[in-house]
Amino acid sequence: MDTHKRAVHEVYHREAGRVLATLIRLLGDFDLAEEARQEAFAAAIEQWPARGMPVNPCAWLIQIGRNKAIDKIRREVVFRTKVMDREAATAEADALVENPDADAAAFGDDRLRLIFICCHPALSMEAQIALTLRAVCGLTTQAVARAFLVGEDTMAQRLVRAKKKIRDAGIAYETPDPSILDQRIDGVLAVIYGVFTEGYAATVGAELMDAELCREAIRLGYLLDALLPSNARIMGLLALMLLHDARRAARVSSAGDVILLDDQDRTLWDRSQIDQGLALVERSLRDPSPVSHYAVQAAIAALHARAACKGATDWPQIAGLYAVLLRLHPTPVIELNHAVAVSMVDGPERALDLVDSLAARGAVREYHLLHAVRANLLQRLGRLDEARDAYQTALETAKLEPERRLLKQRLARLASYQ
Amino acid sequence: MQYLLLIYANERDEGALDPAAMAAIMQEYQEFTKSIVQAGQMKAADRLKPTSSASTVRVRNGKVVTTDGPFAETREQLGGYYLVEAKHLDEALAIAARIPSAKYGSVEVRPIWPAMG
Repeated sequence: MDTHKRAVHEVYHREAGRVLATLIRLLGDFDLAEEARQEAFAAAIEQWPARGMPVNPCAWLIQIGRNKAIDKIRREVVFRTKVMDREAATAEADALVENPDADAAAFGDDRLRLIFICCHPALSMEAQIALTLRAVCGLTTQAVARAFLVGEDTMAQRLVRAKKKIRDAGIAYETPDPSILDQRIDGVLAVIYGVFTEGYAATVGAELMDAELCREAIRLGYLLDALLPSNARIMGLLALMLLHDARRAARVSSAGDVILLDDQDRTLWDRSQIDQGLALVERSLRDPSPVSHYAVQAAIAALHARAACKGATDWPQIAGLYAVLLRLHPTPVIELNHAVAVSMVDGPERALDLVDSLAARGAVREYHLLHAVRANLLQRLGRLDEARDAYQTALETAKLEPERRLLKQRLARLASYQ
Repeated sequence: MQYLLLIYANERDEGALDPAAMAAIMQEYQEFTKSIVQAGQMKAADRLKPTSSASTVRVRNGKVVTTDGPFAETREQLGGYYLVEAKHLDEALAIAARIPSAKYGSVEVRPIWPAMG
């Protein structure tokens, strides 16, 4: 890639969401704005090499996109009303477009509006995540399709349907009313966390992680933190993502195998990212507002990150935090993690009771980690036959290749004891 | 007595009609509407946008839960309706959440096609 192309590419990565957000406000139409954004970046690739990059690339792109869209509206207006004289058509087209006010505050508001429209609860969670990746992060439809493991056509259809719903249902291009802002922020955080978990623990396939999705989620977290500063829940989620992602390099071996927390080389953890995460989790927990489940999860991740070796892990405090989490945000996965922490404090027997009670409620019978945890506890209790059966069940339900390899290793090691 | 007449049809089949067939149905609707207006039987009527534009509101434990799509629980039955004017979907959803039954039932929010001029 030559330098000019790379420069446009970098601007695209940084500004795509911002350009689209303002174009939607100026043009009042999602599709028209997306098309205008595309044409503006195409013009940049064409013109910047000869004329150099403009002083304010973002304003330039918005200006060009807006002009291209006006041309298009004019053509369509003329086409629609063949008898209408050209002057009247021009006046109508101009009336459709306000002048861009290029001040930073308006840009910020636009981006926030775009995030809230993409994460509107009247859209399905899947559509919210896809639309956020496409519109706010500027990922191509192809890249979004890859993240969801569906074909590009299917994803394009899904995006078209989501935008149609926005139009037909009358979802406003506005930041939500203060009375519902808190609830809507929760929705946005769920979308960002959804992007992150999809990247951090892909649910099917050969690869364990999709680093690009994790990066995009963290970028969205920073963006939201900049647009709505000092919000404890946003800081909590951002801290959680930073602390988990900091362990990325240590989570997978060069052969692509899973390395569990206990066995990770802690020198591979990203220390500067951990420091950012620790600072954010402290700010989040100091806030007088009710503590969020993200902040508590981040606090747990912080305790792991602070331990110099696995023996130094503060398990009693981790078990206590999981108990808090179970009250704030009871999910089967958290219940399972709580059991693991309990096993480190009170021993495997009590933990096995918790896991069996969870399994008896049937909530996660298909969830391989439940069986893997059960197997580990049974092994620690010396009940090796039952442990083997549990590992087998885990293997039958695990879908990711690296996780299946790990379970096979455990089974082999277990067989060598017997 | 007043009666609410609810119209059900397969959206996909309707969407697949060719323009001439669609126009014929619209013509029939206009004639039908005119006839009940003349007979003094008409109170109100609107055409709803398709279910792809629908949202459903429930209030559980004091929290408003909005979901994509039409009302789909077969355990609940249609019990009434409000026709409201709202600036945008959020305003309509907020009104829907204040309907007492939203606390134990569901309120489907469906936009209405603008009246034809």
